[in-house]
Amino acid sequence: MQNQIIPDEAVISLRKVSTRFGDHLVHSELDLDVRRAEVFALIGGSGSGKSTLLREMILLQRPSSGTIQVLGVDLHKLGADEARALRLRWGVMFQQGGLFGSLTVKENIGLPLREHTQLRDGLIDEIAAWKLSLTGLAPEVGAQYPSELSGGMMKRASLARALALDPELLFLDEPTAGLDPDSAAGIDELVRKLRDLFGLTIVMITHDLDLLWQVTDRVAVLAEGKVQGLGSMTELQKMDTPAIRQFFDGPRGRAAQQQAGQIPTLVASPF
Amino acid sequence: MKPSSVPPAIAQPTSREIMLSGAWTVNGVDAIQSQLDAFVPAQTALDVDGAGIEALDTAGAWILHKFLARLRDQGAVVEVHNLRSEFARLLEVVAEHVADQPAPATSKSPTGFAHIGRNTMAGMEQTVALFSFVGASASAFGGCLAHPSRFRWRAILFNIRSAGFDALPIVGLLSFLLGIVVAYQGADQLRRYGANIFVVDLVGLSMLREFAPLITAIIIAGRSGSAYAAQIGTMSVTEEIDAMRTIGIEPLELLVLPKIMALVIALPLLTVFADVFGVFGGMIMARAQLGVDFSEFIHRFAKAISVTAYLVGIGKAPAFAAIITVIGCFQGFRTKGGADSVGRQTTRSVVQSIFLVIVVDALFSIAFSALGI
Ligand SMILES: Nc1ncnc2c1ncn2[C@@H]1O[C@H](COP(=O)(O)OP(=O)(O)OP(=O)(O)O)[C@@H](O)[C@H]1O
Ligand SMILES: [Mg+2]
Repeated sequence: MQNQIIPDEAVISLRKVSTRFGDHLVHSELDLDVRRAEVFALIGGSGSGKSTLLREMILLQRPSSGTIQVLGVDLHKLGADEARALRLRWGVMFQQGGLFGSLTVKENIGLPLREHTQLRDGLIDEIAAWKLSLTGLAPEVGAQYPSELSGGMMKRASLARALALDPELLFLDEPTAGLDPDSAAGIDELVRKLRDLFGLTIVMITHDLDLLWQVTDRVAVLAEGKVQGLGSMTELQKMDTPAIRQFFDGPRGRAAQQQAGQIPTLVASPF
Repeated sequence: MKPSSVPPAIAQPTSREIMLSGAWTVNGVDAIQSQLDAFVPAQTALDVDGAGIEALDTAGAWILHKFLARLRDQGAVVEVHNLRSEFARLLEVVAEHVADQPAPATSKSPTGFAHIGRNTMAGMEQTVALFSFVGASASAFGGCLAHPSRFRWRAILFNIRSAGFDALPIVGLLSFLLGIVVAYQGADQLRRYGANIFVVDLVGLSMLREFAPLITAIIIAGRSGSAYAAQIGTMSVTEEIDAMRTIGIEPLELLVLPKIMALVIALPLLTVFADVFGVFGGMIMARAQLGVDFSEFIHRFAKAISVTAYLVGIGKAPAFAAIITVIGCFQGFRTKGGADSVGRQTTRSVVQSIFLVIVVDALFSIAFSALGI
């Protein structure tokens, strides 16, 4: 909240990032910028290196070469203390939730607060319960263990934990994968709300066309180790790089565009 | 968020006005809590001036909201002015979700009798479950006997290797050391009576009848029983067991029977191996401490130690094997939840199988003495 929003300021910038596993080159000299307070999505085929790129941004993995700056800090030359301080400024929601099985949902959400602040336990519980309801979960869920939750509840709880310390930056890995359309729509709504409310910068990996059309500001298409296209969905739609066309021209791509009101129905079904 | 230098503060320039200032963020708000709690409004109409608030996060907003709500509950008419628009919105959102706060936790930890009762019930439930698991395994075994092609021979051979053959070095070493210890402990007493040669009886009988089967079973419980529990536990956490059932593979047939059969074969063999190394350890100690050389030792061994002693020891091994695998697999299947539960069930499997092995060993001793073996 206390960060002034300077439009177009890059919160994440990648320069000439290359990643190789053995002799398999996943990224080759990739450049990318994410601006403050935007909802940014990474898309691309399976194995195109989206998750790997995300892991590199959140200090879980190092690129083979190139530089990554997040929130103005160069990840390459980072001491242990600086890394810790930086990690508190972002929240991550993992694809499988990453909730701790031995803690209740409420304890999971309160954990970052307990670890990194001096707040009293009572207050932490209240804040955790509040975050829980912010993400749309019923209060009773707080007392449950992660193994007792459905997939959608798990994602929401995981999101609530990622938000515990009011991060400036939020990373979401496949936030709607495996959810029913209703829950997925709930997540769309939530992402939008969070951005509006906290001025969050949100970086996500998703294949969910609805989510892409409804909430993202800019989308990067990853293929063959490079960013093949970058822009809003409407802009991407007009590009004719094969990797991008593939994405829009499938039957599902068309359906989602229609829904978003991007193309008239007539064109979509000429036969 | 970035630590802010200005701590949150509250001031009351006039009885009507309340001025808030500083950074109301997670790092500082704890300090102001007591001040807010102690605050008593001087009159019913209050103006809160939020112009001085330079940072507000959800923790700060939560505390502020609670404060304002308390004032309103006490009958004050509170108006908030000059709050930055984004802060005002955050405060609104906090208020929106506040109705959803859960009722305070009511679960009490059980005391006294309730606690005992609960534990007893849990213990009984587990015993019943264990018996039904044994029953299910037995009926799966019966099913396989009727259709021998359903036995998983590859899995059995694989388990014989991993639980039996791969354990040879550790079993050999430990029983060798145990033989040394037994001979050494006896040496002093025997020498005092000039009964040096009886070290053979001591080592031979104790190793063959008791120590070799026991140490082998304990090693295998720690080594393989825990692995069974962890493997099956992890598989049930990741829904592999459920997947197996859906595909039409009976988990008991694929995971449990091969393990039981493999260990029932491997454990007696390992016990023989332990016998040999244990006696060998005793032999070395007997020569060093008591001057009983190898040929003398072996000569006496053949006379003093009956085949019964050897068979009694080996005969216990299959029972131990069954206990170790059944408990290991049973605890694995009882895993519920996540990684945490896998660890707990694994520990439980090792503790329970060693416990049961020793109990059953004692029962064997009682039975043998009643039978005069
Ligand atoms: N630890 C690793 N060791 C070796 N190769 C790896 C490793 N992690 C990822 N890879 C390889 O890197 C490539 C990119 O993987 P990544 O998980 O980033 O793909 P992705 O774009 O997230 O795909 P998906 O959409 O299927 O999740 C893949 O070819 C994968 O095989
Ligand atoms: Mg991935």
